[in-house]
Amino acid sequence: MAAPQRLFDIRRVIGGLFLVYGVVLTVTGLFDGSQAVQKAEGVRINLWTGIGMLVIGGVFLVWERLRPTAAPAPSQEDADE
Amino acid sequence: MAAQDLRLDVNALDYAILALYFLVVLGIGFAARRAVRTSLDFFLSGRALPAWITGLAFVSANLGATEILGMAANGAQYGLMTVHYYWIGAVPAMVFLGIVMMPFYYRSKVHSVPEFMRRRFNGATQLFNASTFAIAQILIAGINLYALALIMESLLGWPLWLSIVVSAAIVLAYITLGGLSSAIYNEVMQFFVILAGLVPIVVLGLVRVGGFSGLGEKVRQSVLGDGGLHTWAHTAGTDNPLNANWIGIVFGLGFVLSFGYWTTNFAEVQRALSARNTNAARLTPIVAAYPKLVIPVVTVIPGLVALVLFNNIGKNGGPTYNQAIPLLMDTFLPNGVLGIAVTGLLASFMAGMAANISGFNTVFTYDIWKSHIQGDRPDEWYVRLGRIATVVGVLGGIGTAFIAAGFNNIMNYLQSLFSFFNAPLFATFIIGLFWRRMTAWAGFWGLASGTAAAFASYILFKAGVVDFGTELNASFWGAGIAFVVDAVVSVVVTLVTTPKPEAELRGLVYGLSDASIADDALAGDAAWYRSPVVLGAGAVVLAAAFYLPFI
Repeated sequence: MAAPQRLFDIRRVIGGLFLVYGVVLTVTGLFDGSQAVQKAEGVRINLWTGIGMLVIGGVFLVWERLRPTAAPAPSQEDADE
Repeated sequence: MAAQDLRLDVNALDYAILALYFLVVLGIGFAARRAVRTSLDFFLSGRALPAWITGLAFVSANLGATEILGMAANGAQYGLMTVHYYWIGAVPAMVFLGIVMMPFYYRSKVHSVPEFMRRRFNGATQLFNASTFAIAQILIAGINLYALALIMESLLGWPLWLSIVVSAAIVLAYITLGGLSSAIYNEVMQFFVILAGLVPIVVLGLVRVGGFSGLGEKVRQSVLGDGGLHTWAHTAGTDNPLNANWIGIVFGLGFVLSFGYWTTNFAEVQRALSARNTNAARLTPIVAAYPKLVIPVVTVIPGLVALVLFNNIGKNGGPTYNQAIPLLMDTFLPNGVLGIAVTGLLASFMAGMAANISGFNTVFTYDIWKSHIQGDRPDEWYVRLGRIATVVGVLGGIGTAFIAAGFNNIMNYLQSLFSFFNAPLFATFIIGLFWRRMTAWAGFWGLASGTAAAFASYILFKAGVVDFGTELNASFWGAGIAFVVDAVVSVVVTLVTTPKPEAELRGLVYGLSDASIADDALAGDAAWYRSPVVLGAGAVVLAAAFYLPFI
């Protein structure tokens, strides 16, 4: 019986997406003009959100690296979480 | 929620963020397609997912239009009493589902809730349940779609029809391709994106109003007054923002509505059925309970902030309560984060709709077509039928999107639907689970009469014959009445019909285990942090503790 193709790991997708978003927001935040900062009650919200998203993206990628789902086995013994 | 002149100041950056998200969503659909070989892969993700994924999908499937805009609207309208929807109206039921009911669902290897009804009762019960569920899912998908299109029209200036077509096409594409796996993966991703969009709104809103103490002070001076800051005060009578007494809250919302919705709604339960083993299935709703505990932070707080910042909200000529979150986005978010928030909002609408559609296609394929029309086709034939059902479901959702237009508060509309479809289902389910004598036809007649009773009470309320006060209170009572009628009819019919033999009930009722089912525990499942009982008790204790500062 052909083993069904394993589903890719969602942690890599979320990690990647958040890294991209994080970079975009961080850069935007660094160059935000005074108008954007004023709108956000004086907080550089793009910068902070960007950094937050970079951290979350990083956590997902590190987690996936440290605890990969096991090789495709019919018994499905994997050690994620 | 009539479109006010609220147009977000989105630019190319925000659109790029939005576009990237939908490219990734479609990418997930295409990638998931390669993992679909059998109908089990398509409808239940091959039963291979770990608990953290199914758990986040479980909470996310409920994080659609209902949750984000509806709960922020309730926050602005009713104040802190809105947290009842989370702490008493969700968490206990989710824990109960994980600890008590999930072993029966998962270990009997059914594909759906209606299939469980057929095994425990009979084919007529299955067909009745499957039909009402299928209709409800289409209606709710329509609500999600309509709400999403309104948001896109008012915020981004897209014409209504364009928003409906584009968002329906995206949902259609990724579910037709990858089935439940696509839906679940997108739900998990959406969960994080919506949080990334909402947290900045909460932070900036609190900065504006002077932190929590400033918010409290301003709510006291608002139309809500001091009542907006309490959850149980004055619930002996109805002199509180919700106009509900504690009996309605505890039994109507906390028991009948909540247990009905969380434990028998297949759009939710399906996520747990796709888990990799019994323990992961039991952990699914319990893992979901923890984020559920803290979601009010990003819904109720923005609602309260909107209430104190926009003093004409909810009044004639002012913005509607449903616009609380979009108003805050417009006020605080600069381009960039604004794109994230818009993306999160649209993604959450789509995830809600995708949950309805993936529930619909499974029930339609297995419980209506395969069980009652053509049951002898090869497996691939049903995968194809599931894809066709997806198309039908999405088209149906588009058609019913406009039914939602007549209601001012989306939440109330959904609540009344849930009280029709879920409260009697829960009564039948729970009696059948604990009372093995309950007969097959008692299942059918109990369910049919309970559903009819819920409809009747709602129609009488709408016609002004009975006065329940608010629409919300009417749904509490409608659900309670449906539950009681279902229970009484079930008992009466059971007493005059013959019960099923015990051999057919093994593994389906409490106290009659099925020794032939193998233990599917994995290494590590015995650890305390994977124990459904320990984690479930923790969630309930936290829910009770969270109430303490806001009694």
